[in-house]
Amino acid sequence: MSDALVFHFDVDGENFTSAGQASTAVKRNLRQLGLPPEIIRRVSIAMYEGEINMVIHANGGDADVIVHEDCIEIILADKGPGIKDISLAMQEGYSTAPDNIRSLGFGAGMGLPNMKRYTDSMNIETELGVGTTITMKVNLT
Amino acid sequence: MTVEGLLEHGFSPVAMPDGSRTIDGVYIGDLLSWVMGRAQMDNAWITIMSNNNVIAVASLADTSCVILAEGVELSQDLKDLAMAKDINVLSSPKSAYEIAVTLSGLLA
Ligand SMILES: Nc1ncnc2c1ncn2[C@@H]1O[C@H](COP(=O)(O)OP(=O)(O)OP(=O)(O)O)[C@@H](O)[C@H]1O
Ligand SMILES: [Mg+2]
Repeated sequence: MSDALVFHFDVDGENFTSAGQASTAVKRNLRQLGLPPEIIRRVSIAMYEGEINMVIHANGGDADVIVHEDCIEIILADKGPGIKDISLAMQEGYSTAPDNIRSLGFGAGMGLPNMKRYTDSMNIETELGVGTTITMKVNLT
Repeated sequence: MTVEGLLEHGFSPVAMPDGSRTIDGVYIGDLLSWVMGRAQMDNAWITIMSNNNVIAVASLADTSCVILAEGVELSQDLKDLAMAKDINVLSSPKSAYEIAVTLSGLLA
């Protein structure tokens, strides 16, 4: 625990075109650590979905990736509007993304389901008007 | 079948930093979260989308190449980004369906 490796990123809510920088950096770092490609793929997709959500729906936030001995933990924390109905938001196809975001290829309502699909555990803490923190873990063993 | 092997079959190179990558299967889609959820590693990804998120998704989903259908083009900035991120991009004037039919024959 004490020697866990931590990567921290500020996710800029204003700059939509550069969204994905944190996930891309994490992918590179995990590669350097020599982790299996399939683990890297799951971590980076789950993180990218969460990072994009923070940009689109919450005006940015903080991303931390912690490399533990037995798992990789991704913590995404924002001070956005919060999620009113988590089980609705988790449904495939549910999206409140505006048209300009949809024209970029987002807004399928598949991001949160993908985060669940690619991780071994996912926890959402959210409060309306306060923010959302999503914690995901991908096991290494 | 390698990515650069496609050049002999009517596909044009847009960015080819890693042409020796092997193509294993195909995914077609323009909604990025569907692609991330369903495309497999090493798939060729056929799309008509051409913004910078396409490059990011191809990188994270680890597809072997992006094939731009219907003659869709990439700006010079995005070509540079694809090269920098090690993402192969090809283009074709054909529809996604016609491309898939071609690939189906080549991958058989
Ligand atoms: N961090 C967040 N803060 C506030 N609301 C969120 C957050 N993340 C997701 N949501 C809400 O949950 C919905 C579903 O999210 P999800 O990622 O599954 O789909 P999407 O972002 O709308 O589209 P896609 O991810 O397919 O591009 C969003 O449309 C939004 O209403
Ligand atoms: Mg999303």
